[in-house]
Amino acid sequence: MSPLATLDGCASELARADTPETAPGQNSQRPVLRERGQREVFCGLTGIIWLHRKMQDAFFLVVGSRTCAHLLQSAAGVMIFAEPRFATAIMEERDLAGMVDAQDELDRVVNRLLERRPDIRTLFLVGSCPSEVIKLDLAKAAQRLGAVHMPRVRILNYSGSGIETTFTQGEDACLSALVPVMPASAPDAAKELLIVGSLPDIVEDQFTRILAQLGIDKVGVLPARNARDLPSVGPNTRYLLAQPFLGETAMALEGRGAKRLDALFPFGAEGTTSWLRAAASEFGIDEALFDKVVAPGRERARIALSKLRPQLEGKRISFLPDSQLEVPLARFLQEELGMELVEVGTPYLHRAHLARELDLIGPQVRISEGQHVERQLDRVRADRPDITVCGLGLANPLEAEGFTTKWAIELVFSPIHGFDQAADLAELFARPLRRRDLLEV
Amino acid sequence: MQLAVWTYEGPPHVGAMRVATAMEKLHYVLHAPQGDTYADLLFTMIERRGKRPPVTYTTFEARDLGKDTAQIFQDAAREAVARFNPQAIIVGASCTAELIQDDPGGLSEAMDLPCPAIALELPSYQRKENWGAAETFYQIVRNLADKNLVREPRGQGENARKARANILGPTALGFRHRDDLVEIHKILDQLGVEVNLVAPLGATPEDIKRIGAADFNIVLYPEIGDEAARWLERTFAQPAVRTVPIGVGATRSFIADVAELAGADPTPALGDTSSRMPWWSRSVDSTYLTSKRVFIFGDATHAVAAARIAREELGFEVCGLGCYNREFARDIRAEAARCGVEPLITDDHLAVEDAIAAAAPELVLGTQMERHIAKRLGLPCAVISAPVHVQDFPARHSPQMGFEGANVIFDTWVHPLVMGLEEHLLTMFREDFEFSDEAGASHHAAHSPRPMPRPAMAQAIEPAMEPAMEPAMIGAQVADLAEAPLSDIPAPAADTAQTGAFAWTDEAERELRKIPFFVRGKARRNTENYAAAEGRARIDLETLYDAKAHYAR
Repeated sequence: MSPLATLDGCASELARADTPETAPGQNSQRPVLRERGQREVFCGLTGIIWLHRKMQDAFFLVVGSRTCAHLLQSAAGVMIFAEPRFATAIMEERDLAGMVDAQDELDRVVNRLLERRPDIRTLFLVGSCPSEVIKLDLAKAAQRLGAVHMPRVRILNYSGSGIETTFTQGEDACLSALVPVMPASAPDAAKELLIVGSLPDIVEDQFTRILAQLGIDKVGVLPARNARDLPSVGPNTRYLLAQPFLGETAMALEGRGAKRLDALFPFGAEGTTSWLRAAASEFGIDEALFDKVVAPGRERARIALSKLRPQLEGKRISFLPDSQLEVPLARFLQEELGMELVEVGTPYLHRAHLARELDLIGPQVRISEGQHVERQLDRVRADRPDITVCGLGLANPLEAEGFTTKWAIELVFSPIHGFDQAADLAELFARPLRRRDLLEV
Repeated sequence: MQLAVWTYEGPPHVGAMRVATAMEKLHYVLHAPQGDTYADLLFTMIERRGKRPPVTYTTFEARDLGKDTAQIFQDAAREAVARFNPQAIIVGASCTAELIQDDPGGLSEAMDLPCPAIALELPSYQRKENWGAAETFYQIVRNLADKNLVREPRGQGENARKARANILGPTALGFRHRDDLVEIHKILDQLGVEVNLVAPLGATPEDIKRIGAADFNIVLYPEIGDEAARWLERTFAQPAVRTVPIGVGATRSFIADVAELAGADPTPALGDTSSRMPWWSRSVDSTYLTSKRVFIFGDATHAVAAARIAREELGFEVCGLGCYNREFARDIRAEAARCGVEPLITDDHLAVEDAIAAAAPELVLGTQMERHIAKRLGLPCAVISAPVHVQDFPARHSPQMGFEGANVIFDTWVHPLVMGLEEHLLTMFREDFEFSDEAGASHHAAHSPRPMPRPAMAQAIEPAMEPAMEPAMIGAQVADLAEAPLSDIPAPAADTAQTGAFAWTDEAERELRKIPFFVRGKARRNTENYAAAEGRARIDLETLYDAKAHYAR
C-alpha cells in the first residue's frame, strides 16, 4: 500500500476509534477551531534528529532533495559533525529524468553507505516530499535491499515527508514501521507492559525503576536503545503512550492485539501519577504499595513545583502548533502551576488519546487544530498573552514585537517527563519570563 | 543520487529567500509543502533578524495533490498581496512543487495582481543556493529596472555632478555583508562617489527602477551580483568594478579602480591610515608566521582573497586552495596556479577533509565545516566564508572588506595560532608539565584539554536541562543523550596513531613526544615520508634527526 493510502486508511480508522472512547467525556462536542493555510512547522524528517540518538545501531537515510539535507543540517546544527547516523541521498536531475534507474542508484548509495559504516544494524529508508511525489517505491527498495543485507542489516522504510507528517509525527511513522517486526509474544504469556515513545535514557530509567518497585518487572520500551532488540508484542501486551503523537503506532500495536492503558500523559506530579496508576491498576498492584512507591517522587515534584508556582500563577499562555505536546503541557501548566490558557494550538488533535487531558482543560479554552499562521499571529497580537510558545521562525520576530516567547522545539529535546523533571519543565516556561524582568537594556 | 551529510549550499529557493529577505517591500510567494518553512529560522536565528522573512509558503499537503494545488497557490498569492501590500512579488516553486508542475509564473500572471509578479525558474535538482540568489536578483533587476531612464550627464568643471555607483551583491544571511557595506561607504565617501543604490540589501522594488541612473556598478559579491551586473553593463552601459576589496592590497586596487571610473583622486583614500595590518604583520612577533602552511577553502571569492592575503600580506605558504561553488571555479584555478597547488573544486566535505589531512596544514581557513574538520584533526582554524553558524553573525563591527576588514582578518587568523613568543616558550619548556599535551594552550580551543570523565553519580543528579549551545541548533541538547560514535574516518597525522608499517624505536618515539603537540603530527609524517624515501623500515633517533635536517627550511 502506498504511504498516502496508508494515511487515508488511518484517518478513517481513527474516526471510528474515536466514538466509543470519547463517549464518557464531552470532547466530541467541544468546539475546536480548525484552520488551513500556511503552516509554520517542521516536517517529520526532523524526528531523525532525536531518533538516531535513541537507537544507536540504526542509520537513517533520507531519500530526498538538497532541501531535505539542508533542513537536517539546519536542525541538527552542531551535531552534524560527530559522524551522525543519518544522511541524505540527494536526488539529482538524472534521477528524475529517468536517465538512471532511481532504484539502481539507491542500491549503489546504500551499498556504499553500509561499506563505510559496518556498525549499522538497522537502516531506515526515509521518504520525503520529492520521493513521495515521484512515487519512488521505498518499501520495495527496503525489501530488496533487506534480502541482500540480512541478517547483518535490517532495512525498513517510513515517510517523514512534509506533505504527510508534521514534526513529531516522523517518530510515529518510524515506530509504526518497527511494530510489524516486533517478535510475537506467546499467546498464553503473562501480561506485559510496553512503554511507547522515545524518552531520554535518564527518564526511561526512572520509569522502569518505579515500575519495578511496583512489581511490574517485564517492561518493554519502544523504541529500544538498540533497534534490533525490539520488545515482543501480542494480545497480552498492555501499552502506555509516553508521547501524545503516536496515533499510527498505537493503531499498529492494536493490530497486533495490544491494548492501550488510558491515562494522562506523564507531565508534572499529577500526569505522572495518573500514568503510573494506569499501569498499577491494570497489573493489580495493591493501592497501599502504589502510594508507598509513588509518594516520594510525587512529593519531590510538588515541592519543586511550589517554588516555581509564584512565577507562573495567573500568567496567560498561548501555544502555536508544533509537536502535539501542546494539550498535555497546557493541562500541566493550568492544573499544577495555575497558568491561564488562552489558545492551545496543535498540528493534529487525537481526541481519543487526549480525551482525559481535554476534560481537565475545560471547554472555555480555545483549542485550535491546524494552522493559518497569519491569522493565528493576529490572534496572538489581539490576545497579548504573557508568554507564547512557538517555533524558532516566529520566536525572535514576536520578541521584537514585545512578546515573551518560549521556543517549542526545546520541549521535544529536553527531559521533561516524570516526577523529577516536572520542575525542569516548569522552569522552561518560567525562565523567559524571569529573563524579561531581569534585563534592563 | 549523491550521499550527503553536510551541504555547503542550500537549495536555490533559499538563495531567492536571501534576496527577498534582504529587500524591503518585496514579497516571495513560494509554492512549497509543509515543512519548507524551516528556512525561516536561518534568518530569525542565525542572522538574528527581528522580522519574519517576507515569504508566504503555500504549504500543500498530500491530500491536496492532484486536485487543487494550483488553487492553493493562487489563494496564497492573493492573500499575501492583500496582507503585505508589497511593491512587487516574486513567485516560484521549491523542489517538491517543481515536480508537480503548477507553474507559479503563469498562475500569477493570470491573476491580474495589483503589483508586478516576477516568475523565478530555479531548477532545484541542478542548481544551488548562490545560483538561486544570483538568478533571483538578476530577474528582479531585469524586470523592474526602468529601461527608458536616461542617465544625467556628469558635466564639466564646477558644474560637474558627483559620480554615482550602485553597490551590488549584499544579501540577507551573507557572511559579514552588513559590516562590509559600512567600509565600502567609507571608501566611496573619501573618493567623493555617491551611492545611487545598494541592492538587494535594503532596496525596495521602487529603488530598483532607478538602477540605471548610476555611472557604474560595484560588484561586492560576484556570486550574487555578477549576473545582474553583466545585464546592466549591456543595458545601461554601466562598467563594473569587480575587484573584491578583501585585504590591504585588494583594497588599494579597489580604490584605484573606483577612482578611475569615478574620475576621482585616489590619494586621500589610499592614504587612509586606519589600517594597522601592515605594521602588525611586520612587527617581530609576526616573524614566526613566515611560511606557516595554510589550507584555504570556502566560496571562491573569499577563498581567492584569503589566498592573496595569506601569501602577500602575512607571509604564509598556501598548501591547499579550493571552493565549493563550481560556477566560480575558474578564479580558484588561476589563484591555485599562482600558489603552486592543485585547485580543489568540490562540494563533498569528505573530499575536503581528505585534502586537509593530506596537506597537513598548520592553519585551516574555511567555512563552518572546515572549523569542525580542523577541530577533529586538532588544527587551528579561522572562518573566512559562508556557510557559518550564529557566532559568525557577531554583534560587534567585523567587516572583511576595506582597511578595517584587514585589521579584523589579521586578528581573526592569527588568534588561533600560538603567538610567536608563546611558541618560543612552549618549545623551550616542552618537557615542563604545564606545557604538556594535556594542558593545551589557554586560547587555543582546538586543543583544550579533554574533560575528566565524571563519576556516574554526578551525572545522575545533574539538572537534566542544559541550555542548548546555540539556540538555532536544536540538536545540541540530544547530543548529550548519548556519546557520539567514533568517527570512521581515520584521524590522519594523529600523534598516537602509528601510520604505515614503520617501526619506531622507543627512543625515537620518546624523542618525538618532546616535540610540541601542534607540530608533532607533521614531524611524524615527515619522518616517515623521509624513511620511506630512504628505504628505512626502522625509525630510530638518527632517522628522526636526518629527516629533520632534510625538511629544514
